[in-house]
Amino acid sequence: MILDGKSPTGPIEQTWDRHRFDMKLVNPANKRKYKILVVGTGLAGASAAASLGELGYNVEAFCYQDSPRRAHSIAAQGGINAAKNYPNDGDSIRRLFYDTVKGGDFRAREADVWRLAQVSNDIIDQCVAQGVPFARDYAGYLDNRSFGGAQVSRTFYARGQTGQQLLLGAYSALMAQVKAGTVKIFPRTEVMDIVLVNGEAKGVTLRDLITGKYRTHVGDAVILCSGGYANVYDLSTMARGASVSANWAAYKKGAYFANPCYTQIHPTCIPQSGDYQSKLTLMSESLRNDGRCWVPRNHGDNRPPNDIPEEDRDYYLERKYPSFGNLAPRDIASRAAKEQCDDGRGVGPGGRGVYLDFRDAINRLGEDTIRERYGNLFEMYELITAENGYKVPMRIYPAPHYAMGGLWVDYNCMSNLPGLFVLGEANFSVHGANRLGASALMQGLADGYFIIPYTIANYLAQTKPGMLKADAPECQASLQEVEARVNKLLSINGKRTVAELHREIGSLMWNNAGMARSEESLKEAIEKIPAIREEFWQNVRIPGAGAELNQQLENAGRVADFLEFGELLCRDALHRRESCGGHFRVEYQTEDGEALRDDENFCYSAAWGFKGVDNEPELHKEPLKFENVELAVRSYK
Amino acid sequence: MSGQNEHRTMTLKLIVWRQKGPKEAGRFETYVARGITEHHSFLEMLDVVNQDLIKEGQEPITFDHDCREGICGTCSQVINGQPHGGQTRTTVCQLHMRKFKDGDAIYIEPWRARAFPILRDLVVDRSALDRIIQAGGYTSVRTGAAPDGNSILISKEAADYAMDAAECIGCGACVAACPNGAAMLFTGAKVSQLAALPQGQVEARERVNSMIEAMQECGFGNCTNHYECQAACPKGIDVKFIARLNREYLKALMF
Repeated sequence: MILDGKSPTGPIEQTWDRHRFDMKLVNPANKRKYKILVVGTGLAGASAAASLGELGYNVEAFCYQDSPRRAHSIAAQGGINAAKNYPNDGDSIRRLFYDTVKGGDFRAREADVWRLAQVSNDIIDQCVAQGVPFARDYAGYLDNRSFGGAQVSRTFYARGQTGQQLLLGAYSALMAQVKAGTVKIFPRTEVMDIVLVNGEAKGVTLRDLITGKYRTHVGDAVILCSGGYANVYDLSTMARGASVSANWAAYKKGAYFANPCYTQIHPTCIPQSGDYQSKLTLMSESLRNDGRCWVPRNHGDNRPPNDIPEEDRDYYLERKYPSFGNLAPRDIASRAAKEQCDDGRGVGPGGRGVYLDFRDAINRLGEDTIRERYGNLFEMYELITAENGYKVPMRIYPAPHYAMGGLWVDYNCMSNLPGLFVLGEANFSVHGANRLGASALMQGLADGYFIIPYTIANYLAQTKPGMLKADAPECQASLQEVEARVNKLLSINGKRTVAELHREIGSLMWNNAGMARSEESLKEAIEKIPAIREEFWQNVRIPGAGAELNQQLENAGRVADFLEFGELLCRDALHRRESCGGHFRVEYQTEDGEALRDDENFCYSAAWGFKGVDNEPELHKEPLKFENVELAVRSYK
Repeated sequence: MSGQNEHRTMTLKLIVWRQKGPKEAGRFETYVARGITEHHSFLEMLDVVNQDLIKEGQEPITFDHDCREGICGTCSQVINGQPHGGQTRTTVCQLHMRKFKDGDAIYIEPWRARAFPILRDLVVDRSALDRIIQAGGYTSVRTGAAPDGNSILISKEAADYAMDAAECIGCGACVAACPNGAAMLFTGAKVSQLAALPQGQVEARERVNSMIEAMQECGFGNCTNHYECQAACPKGIDVKFIARLNREYLKALMF
């Protein structure tokens, strides 16, 4: 089927303004008759729930964490982009739009990206008004730094904790609405099913993680803000609890899953040190403002890094990409690091690492300046590695970090299921095949503060409130389904732990569908995943009971979903016989190893429809049109 | 490279608080952690123990954790009597086993405070901290109502001061460390952040009054200057913010 993203037509500068006028409104007195269920309380979920509460809707917000403030948006370090052009260095809405479309390797919808760039400036204003302590210069004005994939300084930041500060801003707005009585929060709950009435999303079924009891919450629309799926690789920069489960539940109810093969492997993470490791820690991309990436020029050069003279170092990013240098975009920087390591010039245990060196910046600016800019990151690095990044170069290696793919949504952020909206990382919309640094925070807040309040009204204005009652047969069926699945998990009582099986699928995904994929590796993964899935359902051991706080059971549910989702990721990667952004097929590359796109055959978003766990999914295509940015080879040389 | 002793492993004795539910009696249980290297984080060490427990048919130790990079504020354990284990500016998840040596006995307990009921083993209910923020830890700006970010000039000094306070991750270690179970470092950090900024001025008086009221209603104690909170805080939040809280409160009462 050919999908229609329903982008408004006409001059792109006017699309969002015109569309906002064309959409229907819900009158203030009617808003309180509608109930909106928000799943997830990260940047997208908290900002959406707070803004909708302010407007007068009844909102219920769910998160698996013990407080909405702990959602994984909190871990974003470097910053948030906006087209303010405060530094007077040539930025504009059009340039941010252009950089984002190009950064995404021409696989995103133009109108959505334009809107994102347009509202980016409002986000900064909103956050400042909330009391987010962005960095300031000595005159009291907002400060900016640079990020990968851009030649202007448009990134606003709060030390190395920008995600934390923005999330706490959205969280405090949410708490204000809780006090005002418009929003109710349900922490420590996990949404396990979406309830449909005549094909429209009207409820969610959840498990209370403390009591282990199941309930259905009914409403008039559901907004999924449940984040990304990088934990399918087991080892990633994600929080351990982050999962694909809410999205997967929606997919199994008929929502399309778009571009799952677009996963971002972040170049600057602390390398893995052993098999016991539970996560990979990200070091902000902002470090590449002042740090230089290098490996020894010669094979077998085992000297300590500070003993390696300048002429024996290969600053490979500066060599390969002279105009962007160390600020090359993430997909490109990650592949370049892998290339050096595959060439046998990697450093550290197993040769899977490259140096990120601050020596020159410290000589130029002094250690204090570097400490002021990145102090918390150097501290974190030392806690984990016991090495002092000011004295010896850091060692870094790429790690799974972000999901560009997600549930398919139209221009209104609504999935193909009416009433089911998807925001932030959970949807697929604006980053194409690669997300630029400091754009995830921008998207989460754009969706939640400035887009959903308009687009959801357009849907609600055309529906009658209260269509689903809590005792309806749809709710009963959903409760039974969820409970049956959990009981099945608990009854297996096999020999393998959930963590072992997660590691098994994770390492298969990393080796076969990680930074580089091939037809052969993907076919192998598609063959092996069902076997791991079978092993899981036959032989997993989950101690304890269902009606209690049971973390193994929670993890088991999430891993069970990854065991299905991983296969879809591989199928999508197999079908896309081109390389673009974070999706690198070794068969499709230029002579110098860059991604080789095939615009003739693959200039579309792939949205997959569920046809049963053991059946092939159905492919739907949304063709992409580029009328404002010329479809070109993406070059950072 | 430095610090590479991959083959040397440690065996540790863990004495862990186990409690099935909020209303059930708890007790210490002893476990052995084997094959631990200096590179394991404290939580990865517990992962190893839990894997063994599951394989032996026992119930694993339940503990809160999520980001495992020291920012979400979820992890919460008192280790050998000190919240987060006593290493300066470090959460449990960032504490590494190189701080311990082979044969050590380690006591692991949950946060202990009247306002944080135990839910299971090492997991406590910290929703009281959300209720303090609900009482006034915000500026009431509506989405879309904000002026241009640079129309509010803020001196670098004020912005840095606000950021120092805003770094709080809401883990509750300050409460667990305080002999009075006070949440004044937590509350003081939020009040000070907003009091230092022009955006926070309009609601300053109401904010400090209601947040202090909420703090008391939730069952937190009061500060008697032990400064244990600052010592335990994984983000190094300074007790000067408690002084600021008191000053703001006094101002609110007087003017």
